Amino acid sequence: MDTRDGDGADGAAGSGLVNLFFDAFAWILDPANWEGRGSIPQRIGEQLYFTFAAMAVASAIAVPLGWLIGHTGRGRDIAVAITGAARALPSFGLLFLFVMIAGVLLREPSTIFVLVLLAIPPILAGAYSGLEVIDRRVVDAARAMGMTEWQILWKVEVPLGLPLLIGGLRSATLQVVATVVLVAFLGLGALGFEIVQGIALRSYDQMLGSAILIIVLALLLDAIFAILERFAVPRGVRAGRIPDVRTASSGRRATAEASATT
Amino acid sequence: MTWVWENLDLIGRLSLEHLRLSAIPILLGFVLAVPLGWVAYRYRLTRGLVLTVVGLLYTIPSLALFVALPPLLGIPYTSELNVVIALTIYAVAIMARSIADALASVDLDIKQAATAVGYSPWRRFWAVEFPLAGPVVLAGVRVVAVSTVSLLTIGVVIGIDTLGYLFTNGYQRGILAEVLSGVVVTVLIALLIDRILVALGRALMPWTRATATAPTVQQGAAS
Amino acid sequence: MMFTARNKGRFALGATVVGVSLALAGCATGDPLEEPDTGSDGDMSSETITVGSQAYYSNEIIAEIYAQALEEAGFDVDRNFQIGQRDAYIPAIEGGEVDLFPEYTGNLLQFYSPDTTATQSDDVYAELQDALPEGLQVLDQSSASDQDSYNVTAEFAEANGLSSIGDLAGVDGLVLGGFPELEERPYGPTGLQDVYGVTVEFEATGDTTVPALLDGLVNVANVFSADPRIGQNDLVTLDDPEGLFLASNVVPLASADLPAEAAEVINEVSAALTAEGLVALNVQSTVDEDSSAVIATQWLTENGFLG
Repeated sequence: MDTRDGDGADGAAGSGLVNLFFDAFAWILDPANWEGRGSIPQRIGEQLYFTFAAMAVASAIAVPLGWLIGHTGRGRDIAVAITGAARALPSFGLLFLFVMIAGVLLREPSTIFVLVLLAIPPILAGAYSGLEVIDRRVVDAARAMGMTEWQILWKVEVPLGLPLLIGGLRSATLQVVATVVLVAFLGLGALGFEIVQGIALRSYDQMLGSAILIIVLALLLDAIFAILERFAVPRGVRAGRIPDVRTASSGRRATAEASATT
Repeated sequence: MTWVWENLDLIGRLSLEHLRLSAIPILLGFVLAVPLGWVAYRYRLTRGLVLTVVGLLYTIPSLALFVALPPLLGIPYTSELNVVIALTIYAVAIMARSIADALASVDLDIKQAATAVGYSPWRRFWAVEFPLAGPVVLAGVRVVAVSTVSLLTIGVVIGIDTLGYLFTNGYQRGILAEVLSGVVVTVLIALLIDRILVALGRALMPWTRATATAPTVQQGAAS
Repeated sequence: MMFTARNKGRFALGATVVGVSLALAGCATGDPLEEPDTGSDGDMSSETITVGSQAYYSNEIIAEIYAQALEEAGFDVDRNFQIGQRDAYIPAIEGGEVDLFPEYTGNLLQFYSPDTTATQSDDVYAELQDALPEGLQVLDQSSASDQDSYNVTAEFAEANGLSSIGDLAGVDGLVLGGFPELEERPYGPTGLQDVYGVTVEFEATGDTTVPALLDGLVNVANVFSADPRIGQNDLVTLDDPEGLFLASNVVPLASADLPAEAAEVINEVSAALTAEGLVALNVQSTVDEDSSAVIATQWLTENGFLG
């Protein structure tokens, strides 16, 4: 759809821009939008509910599995292949597909199911690559000291792999929070609802206002993980090896983060 | 499945449109990300700045970006340009970072050797550093390609004709085969572009073919 | 200096990629909701007629019928279907990119005059003609309508003795399902309260409104009157004696310079399209899963437009 519009708005763009954002903030701050059914707090609550529910289930599956792969070194190729292929799945379509299959009464669990599917690959990648980048000599040293495999996993590999695991959780969260915006198309509310309703009602303040809320929420969640990632580096490691670990994390993240945005 | 056979022309038309609209952000994103990635790699000061900004842009959920971008650009939110620019932003965000990492992964000795034999910085970049960074850059481009194809489906919400049409229309009419074929064709297009990029990488970087070092180089960048 | 030349070549390549990309993307400027200046792009319409449609399957079928009828009459037709929201396609029609578009009188009137009080079919049509901006016209409206209506299941109607919307007033625990925007529409929860004294909670069920009603997620559903699922599921459409809903007949929205012969063809199509006929078209799309082209050809043949 190629709209060859006139360009008459150029002159007014400046003041129009300010007005649009002013209206959007007025919408956000309007007390009427902060109470009752469908209020902004309710929408934020729905947004966070879906995000955390999916992240909890996905972590419970992917973290142990990723550690197992990272510790044993087995199944890595399969994990890489699955992670790569999952990136190509259009989450928007999957939401519709699974609600159609499961029926309208099960739209909530089937939505969480899709979100879990999306969250697993980055968490899995974070978990196993966190273990993988550990210097094998460190693990061998632990083994030589007489540590059991469990002790190696818990006392050596998991703490050292934590920054990358949190990196994986971070990109999974971003991807999930972005996809939750789309659950409004299934009648499940969340912040995307205000965009969907705004489009139909031609109320741009509502659309832009909720878009701003969504962006702020995503940035906040990202910031929390950024802080966690920083504190996850074990103290002993932080003293000497910060540059190393950080290159590793950024390099991995560039590939592991992959399809975080939806 | 009869639905698919009877609507092959619709699927074909939407696929072509989807291909066209995905190609633009991938190409444009790459062209813009090279200088940005270089700036991020070259100077310590700009590295933090560039990577932080692209990181933040990357964090924005796409539907929110489709809504927030138009007033900043002075375009209607229903225009194709809106979606193209939004997806280009994501493409730049991912690729600038991977290009910076890729350039950083090139062995310092090689760079010094190139300087020693008389390469100017400009020539050294194009003839030595960038090709050697190639495999890691390619990995970034592939990630961008696949996620662009997937994200583009959401464009249907603001009236852009893409394979996402099969999701919304199929959902409306209650035709499961239509939604399913939308998902399958989107994945196929992503894989197609991915294969093209891999083939392109082999043609442009013949040395990676001989030794199959791509994964190793990637490891190098990571650790 | 071979390398410099090659570098320039790379630059040129880069610049070309950017240029081509922008050209491919097409150019559009203006405020997000601003309707564009009505340019002088209209000169194409004398040769080729561009027919548009909403992102609504039933609307697309009607558009396809228009397109095939015009082709039969000897016009060249471009199809620009599934343009989506009114925000997207109204500017396109006003800008002259689309010449003909199936619309609905009530919903279209509400787009131009949100505060309208007209509800009866003829009043809506008359008011719509006044409300249209210059350069646009509506052709004859069809007797077929596809308007908002409130529906309940047969059991629920029986149990509570419901036949008209007003009967809902005594029922507790009502949940109304519909598209998200219904919450804010004049005929939504507020209108129900003001006109009929009916109190409902609202649930945005979107495209799953009918399944949501059947599964008991909601007990009152806003369904378009031409939706075949009303008949298939024995839903009871509640009467609207107070005129809460605007009548919304199918009406062709056209640019003012649509050729007269084309308008004539479309008016004949509108005259032949009946309310039951429209439901039958929708059944073919949702139950038989036929494409709009197949459905349109069949309808035009049955009604003597194609021979």
